[in-house]
Amino acid sequence: MTELAATDPLPKPKRDLAPVLLPIALALVMIPLIGSPSTWLTLTAASLAMGMMIFIMASGLTLVFGLMDVLNFGHGAFIAVGAYVATLVLAPFAASIQADSLWINLAMLAPAALLSMAVAGALGLVVERVLILPVYGQHLKQILMTTGGLIVAEQTLYALWGPQIIPMPLPTSLRGSFILGDVAIAKYRVLATLIGLAVFIAIQLVLNRTKLGLLIRAGVENREMVEALGYRIRRLFLGVFMTGSALAGLGGVMWALYREQVHASMSDELTVLIFVVVIIGGLGSIGGCFIGAILVAMVANYGGFLVPKLALVSNILLMVAILMWRPRGLYAVTSR
Amino acid sequence: MMILSGDPPKSRVLTLVLVLIILALAATPFLFPGAKALNVAAKICVFAALVASYDLLLGYTGSVSFAHTMFYGIGSYAIAIALYGMGPNWAAVATGIVVGLPLAALLALAIGLFSLRVAAIFFAMITLAVASAFQVLASQLSWLTGGEDGRSFQLPELLRPGTVLISKSLFGFEINGRILTFYLVFAISALMILGLLRVVNSPFGRVLQAIRENRFRAEALGFRTVFHLTYANCLAALVAAGAGILNALWLRYAGPDTSLSFSIMLDILLMVVIGGMGTIYGAIIGATIFILAQNYLQSLMGVASKAASEAGLPLLPGLLHPDRWLLWLGLLFIASVYFFPTGVVGRLRHGGGDKGAGASH
Repeated sequence: MTELAATDPLPKPKRDLAPVLLPIALALVMIPLIGSPSTWLTLTAASLAMGMMIFIMASGLTLVFGLMDVLNFGHGAFIAVGAYVATLVLAPFAASIQADSLWINLAMLAPAALLSMAVAGALGLVVERVLILPVYGQHLKQILMTTGGLIVAEQTLYALWGPQIIPMPLPTSLRGSFILGDVAIAKYRVLATLIGLAVFIAIQLVLNRTKLGLLIRAGVENREMVEALGYRIRRLFLGVFMTGSALAGLGGVMWALYREQVHASMSDELTVLIFVVVIIGGLGSIGGCFIGAILVAMVANYGGFLVPKLALVSNILLMVAILMWRPRGLYAVTSR
Repeated sequence: MMILSGDPPKSRVLTLVLVLIILALAATPFLFPGAKALNVAAKICVFAALVASYDLLLGYTGSVSFAHTMFYGIGSYAIAIALYGMGPNWAAVATGIVVGLPLAALLALAIGLFSLRVAAIFFAMITLAVASAFQVLASQLSWLTGGEDGRSFQLPELLRPGTVLISKSLFGFEINGRILTFYLVFAISALMILGLLRVVNSPFGRVLQAIRENRFRAEALGFRTVFHLTYANCLAALVAAGAGILNALWLRYAGPDTSLSFSIMLDILLMVVIGGMGTIYGAIIGATIFILAQNYLQSLMGVASKAASEAGLPLLPGLLHPDRWLLWLGLLFIASVYFFPTGVVGRLRHGGGDKGAGASH
């Protein structure tokens, strides 16, 4: 170790760039394999959009785990609830959705998304109080409790909405693609990418640049100390949990619009997907979660194009490969 | 006490209940005539063994695995594919066993080596992901597994219902191949449970408990925890695959819904929690309560749902619909984790308290 003079600035933590370069390298390697550059661009854009949506859904899970050490196996339920709530808003205004004006369409989608986030967040409040509060610090019971919560939520959705698939059409102005040269990029994918990026930047800014983020990070490090300083860490954590749930709700709406349908079993299939993402990223790491989501989406899109049969298990293969390289995920944050 | 590995139930009520259950199961073909009762009894036997093997993981090592149905499914499919492909003979049964059991153990070894060295929480998530991939594979490789339809097959001559071993004129009961199969299921399940009881009461079982209570300290004492956890994982997988073989033999069928689905995984979790984690005996109690409820309460729910809809109540008919059985199961699950962390067995043994419910990590 070199000695520092008192006036020297503290050494910056080393930036670990290898995981960031991984998706870029993967995309570049794929160019010759796919052959046609325009197909490659379309697939890459699709991967980015899908990755952003997965990131929004998974970020809440990894946020809650990283900050509160709570593993929520019921996270998928918030996603499904968000999607169902959006149908409540969108169904009565089917006419406005068919209107061929971007602004009218967005004016319909925004309240739907906001209401979904509000309901998912409120549900998060209830879940945290009822299911998680009694089992803080006990991983085994957390897994059991939240798994039970997932079952109850899914079955309640079945009881309220019935088992059928509910269609959720995209608004007219978001259908179709931009054509740039000979590349077609779906409009909704651009919107999804923008929202995903905004969420990512917002989370990073709040955690790293605000006093709130400072308190949350400090609370994770040493809860008693922050409480002794007079801050109510319980409320802070509750807020984090509600934010995570609300993000899952937003992700649910976006995913439902992407697939143009809503079904209660979507929580099951997405739970596995977001688990794979947070494992790849390293539990609790927002940056890792972001890269993990893009990687998973890339493998799904490129893999689906090149070897369709393989695409079914591509997630697991990717997870195995990453864990061989880094057993704790791309960015290991927690020592747990 | 030798046969119970020196670990008796330690409670009079519990002993009585266990003896009653085992006697009732053993006498089912004679006490409760009819195919349904026999089916329920066989299912209880299979699930008691399956749940006991899961208890070795959840209750004794404290690691939550969501891949237990995968091993159960490997056993089921191995014997089903062998009997389907090679015809109904004993060589096929042997092939199914010889292929299925090592396959399950190897896969458990791979998952264990790969995920147990990190954290318990990782293990839960990784097993969930692997199990879901396996389920997709099983439904996609339809040339091998029959896809969503699964594989139906015939049993060897001796085990078929048509084979009469002792005719009705002798005892007043007909002993046929079906009943022989039932006793096969009963005996092998019992043997597997006794074997697990032996394992958890051995020094090895003590190490597992030590790891559950404090992994760091166990490591500091010189135990190679990854080795022990992986070993326990393989043992549990072997017994689960064995239970899968029995289940397929009894149903003469293996398919995604009966052997791989996530809902079976939840059933197993619930049975362990209701029965009592970390007590092998809890598996028998949990499986019995759960399967009896599943088979006989669902019809009750149908009646209640009808009554509610006739009374014109809102929402209730939907919530009480027999298909919503899982909803009530989920609530029961949460309630039992919260209020009865030691399960029925723990309650009967200690009269409540939070002892032995498994630590957090």
